[in-house]
Amino acid sequence: MNTLEQAAAGTTARRRPRRRGAFFRGRLLHIWTWLVITWLFLPIAVMILFGFNDTRGRYNQTWQGFTLRWYAELFAIDDLTVALVNSLLIALLTMLIAGVLGTLIGLALGRYRFRGSGLMKLVMFAAISCAEIIMGASLLSMFVTLAVPLGFWTTVIAHVMFSVSFVAVTVRARVMVVDRSLEEAARDLGASGWETFRLVTFPMIFPGVLAGSLLAFALSIDDFVITNFVSGGTVTFPLWIYGATRVGIPPQVNVMGTLIFGVGVLIAVLNAFGGRRR
Amino acid sequence: MKGSRLRAALTPYVLILPGGLWLAIFFVVPMIVMLSLSLHSGNITDGFVFTWNWRSYLDGIANYHDQMIRSIGYGLAATIITIVVGFPVAYWIAFHGGRRKNMYLLLLLMPFLVSFVLRTISWQFFLADDGILLGPLKRIGLLPDDFHILATGTAVVLGLAYNFLPFMVLPIYVALERIDPRLLEAAADLYAGRLQTFLRVVLPLSLPGVFAGVLMTFVPACSDYVNASILGGASNTMIGNVIQNQYLVAQDYPVAAALSFTLMAVLLLGIFLYARALGSEEVLEVTVR
Repeated sequence: MNTLEQAAAGTTARRRPRRRGAFFRGRLLHIWTWLVITWLFLPIAVMILFGFNDTRGRYNQTWQGFTLRWYAELFAIDDLTVALVNSLLIALLTMLIAGVLGTLIGLALGRYRFRGSGLMKLVMFAAISCAEIIMGASLLSMFVTLAVPLGFWTTVIAHVMFSVSFVAVTVRARVMVVDRSLEEAARDLGASGWETFRLVTFPMIFPGVLAGSLLAFALSIDDFVITNFVSGGTVTFPLWIYGATRVGIPPQVNVMGTLIFGVGVLIAVLNAFGGRRR
Repeated sequence: MKGSRLRAALTPYVLILPGGLWLAIFFVVPMIVMLSLSLHSGNITDGFVFTWNWRSYLDGIANYHDQMIRSIGYGLAATIITIVVGFPVAYWIAFHGGRRKNMYLLLLLMPFLVSFVLRTISWQFFLADDGILLGPLKRIGLLPDDFHILATGTAVVLGLAYNFLPFMVLPIYVALERIDPRLLEAAADLYAGRLQTFLRVVLPLSLPGVFAGVLMTFVPACSDYVNASILGGASNTMIGNVIQNQYLVAQDYPVAAALSFTLMAVLLLGIFLYARALGSEEVLEVTVR
């Protein structure tokens, strides 16, 4: 007898706009999310703040007043500047090489069914999920065995190796959502294979190519572990900072970190707005 | 006609050739070289010879099993922290983010535009014994003078959790975001309470995301040495520190290679057992996507 009533009551109660429970509904989770975001930004805020610290001596540890001096003397430490330039050059080269190679793989995997595509995917998956230290150690093993001199180019080789799969995955995802009938239309209208690619396919997959290449740039400029193994005497920005930990980080590092962060945020925000318009 | 069909069949191979070769030469071959190197004997001055020398493995495990076990422990702890911290965040963004979803994701990712090493050093600076967090607390007497966070396992684990959090949040978010809202309605229609809906519908459907997240967090966390060397002390070194030191300072390549291989084997075994336990297939698809 009661079951029917309960059922009736239940349905009316549950037919109202659905709420997922006091806990899951969100207040607490909303606060939690903001706490986590605060946690994530805490070291960034410290880094930015101490780029404005009027510190004396090698230790930038206690707040001693506001200054813009470090922005003016950004390039006062020669080997730090060299390290930053190295990092930018390596990241740029990585972006170009991995961008092209990854795009080609992404096209092949997204468009064609072929024998060996499974193997290709497996190798890419292994490269993406492999521990960095294993990749660095094995590459160094090979370079040492073959007596390859370590330096700038071994670093570029390593960076292209670990970022090419990320580009390929990003491009493949884009290729798979592109409408193929547009290409067929281009062919029907007399475009050659190359013209179709240049005028139709490439513009359509370009957002994927751009995203993948930027990812390669970001992965390269931030890499420490693999670079540490294969760079020999070439010092990059992360390597320089790591080396300076024991003797004290000069405020110029904070400023460079802040500027890189700023550029990254700018690109991300522009991209987000661009994405909304599309 | 036949020629063009042949060309069409060859096209994908031509496309993957340069990138595939790059991966083969600089990713696959080095693994084999490292395996061979781990079976060499000799030293850096006299050179190394291949001798099927399994001793390096035994020596490596005998001398460094502490670091190996500690790495797994720290990696596990950091992974669990990222799940506990990150799951609610992913859940909230996926189900309550509304039109601001992308903004929240962007906020989560933004800190990672700052170099990994720099972020970790910033934590070292923040948590320093007399730094901006502990200094004032000690001065007003809330903490004893000898209290410290740096050079402890806690600092290393927190650093790892901090650095790898997005690798956990993003895959979980993607899995949750894909859940059809009609499934939640169906659960409610079938008299599932909120907790029941969560436990029986949302949680199982989020597991592929959690799986990918664990994979992307546990592996780098176990093999990291940056956090241990910046935030930890001499008693918190991980296997990564040892491998790095053996390769770049001691230059005892066979032992270094043997340790790297042992680490890889342990990680692969861990992933395999975990995959079996969870019964999750298409790991590749989940992660690559």
